[in-house]
Amino acid sequence: MWDGIGDFLAMGGHAPWVWGSYGAAAVLLVLEMVLLGRRRQRAYALLRRRARARQTAAVGHEAGGDA
Amino acid sequence: MGRALWTLLRRDVSLIVTRRQDVLTVVAFFVIVITLFPLAVGPEPEILRELAPGAVWVAAALASLLSLDRLFADDWRDGTLEQLALVPQPLALVALAKVLAHWLALGLPLVLLSPMLGYSLGLRGAELLVLPASLALGTPVLGLLGGIGAALTLGVRGGGALMALLILPLFVPVLILGSGAVSQVMHGGDFLSHFYLLGALLAVAVPLAPLAVAAALRIALD
Amino acid sequence: MTRKRRISWFKFASPPAFVALVDRLAPWLWAGAVLLAVAGLYVGFFVAPPDYQQGNSYRIMFLHVPAAWMGMFLYLLMAVYAIIHLSWRVRLADVMARSLAPTGALMTALSLWTGSLWGAPTWGTYWVWDARLTSTLLLLFLFLGYLALHASASDREKGGRAASLLAVVGVVNVPIIYFSVKWWNTLHQGMSVTPTDAPSMAPSMFAALMLMTAACWLYAAAIGLRRAQVEALEREVDSEWAQRMAGSTEGAEAPVPEPGAGRMADERGQG
Repeated sequence: MWDGIGDFLAMGGHAPWVWGSYGAAAVLLVLEMVLLGRRRQRAYALLRRRARARQTAAVGHEAGGDA
Repeated sequence: MGRALWTLLRRDVSLIVTRRQDVLTVVAFFVIVITLFPLAVGPEPEILRELAPGAVWVAAALASLLSLDRLFADDWRDGTLEQLALVPQPLALVALAKVLAHWLALGLPLVLLSPMLGYSLGLRGAELLVLPASLALGTPVLGLLGGIGAALTLGVRGGGALMALLILPLFVPVLILGSGAVSQVMHGGDFLSHFYLLGALLAVAVPLAPLAVAAALRIALD
Repeated sequence: MTRKRRISWFKFASPPAFVALVDRLAPWLWAGAVLLAVAGLYVGFFVAPPDYQQGNSYRIMFLHVPAAWMGMFLYLLMAVYAIIHLSWRVRLADVMARSLAPTGALMTALSLWTGSLWGAPTWGTYWVWDARLTSTLLLLFLFLGYLALHASASDREKGGRAASLLAVVGVVNVPIIYFSVKWWNTLHQGMSVTPTDAPSMAPSMFAALMLMTAACWLYAAAIGLRRAQVEALEREVDSEWAQRMAGSTEGAEAPVPEPGAGRMADERGQG
């Protein structure tokens, strides 16, 4: 259908609009995924910190000994 | 039950009216916003006349928004709202009474002033009757819908602007129908269908909106 | 005591089960989305012929129409979860609603952007106040209002319930808004042709459209569920199962005493 890559990219003269649309979609979707990924990292990091805090607290109790 | 609500109604109306400041502020806001249109657009009568229904209606919507901020805020702050939630009457009816009182004190003046302001923007004749009639049907709906927004944003930071973001999309149908009715009269079209639809919106809003308001108030008071 | 038979899917209303479920489902959803998108784009760009009237610009439709549909569908789904949240106090329903909202807003915004770019070469203008674009804009405001209410509330529970109520009120109003905007548009009949009308479609165009719609749907499901998973974990920061899950997924680390370990971290998620 297309006479080579140049023809494809030109989109019959409508390149700015077609690629502007698909480009914006790509940017937005990547942005959404990256932001969620970062939020996920933060959440996991927080959970691990809490887990460690729980561990050190538990160890502390054991070291303190029961009467 | 009717007696208690009548008392609540009277209390609210008198509360608002004795703070004449509030009523005058809202009215002044309404007038000022309308005045902005000729200043921003230019004084050509033909242009202003075309804009007139929309301008008056936008001003009324914004004035309603402004006044709704205070619908529950004062009672919320001094604890009256908690008391009202405990009365034997359904909270939805209490909400309806408050919204009605609010409209009588703050919405009705806009309706009464609108012919004069419409005239200043170039409306004439029958249009000066249809305009207040459309507002009379529409502003209660604005008050009911706005009451939902006011209740949802009680005690939430971001207050007025947030409430505007929540409520203005809901105002759109009323705005379209109200200002459309006046435009129709201006161009010799059928405005009655707009009125029927506005009436239908009011008929649906009166029983349903107070339920949403009560639910929102309970969420806020929990 | 007799055991009542429960509907099996209610067990996913428990956060640990939900988190595990998403871990199992998400890879399939992503894979499906990518495959269908590749297929849809291939058909849309290499099989479907240029349009007789619009040339090649119509290919924006393969993005614009699915995005618009997803925006509306996600709002509806959000409202359904809101109703479940309010009626049965299922907190996970609030998590789901809140997780779908950003994607719904993004899809709606994308449909506005692509609609604008489609209109420019075809009808010579980047924006018209027609019924569809105007309603889509209002839908975007409804999404933003929901997100803003959730974000502004100081109490997450309360904010969730208020936002759910807002979503229910919104969804009741959406048909009213849509019809009043249509009405408004027919009254002020300046334009006889509505921009962004799809061309009469060849089968390949229709196929591409369906493939892209399915791809968008799977994408929204994947990212919505992942977001809900993160939110569910965030809400259970102090519970042991969540901490264990974070430890096992990301690999164990040597315990180091944290200076600020005791303090209550109020980490709100964004995105």
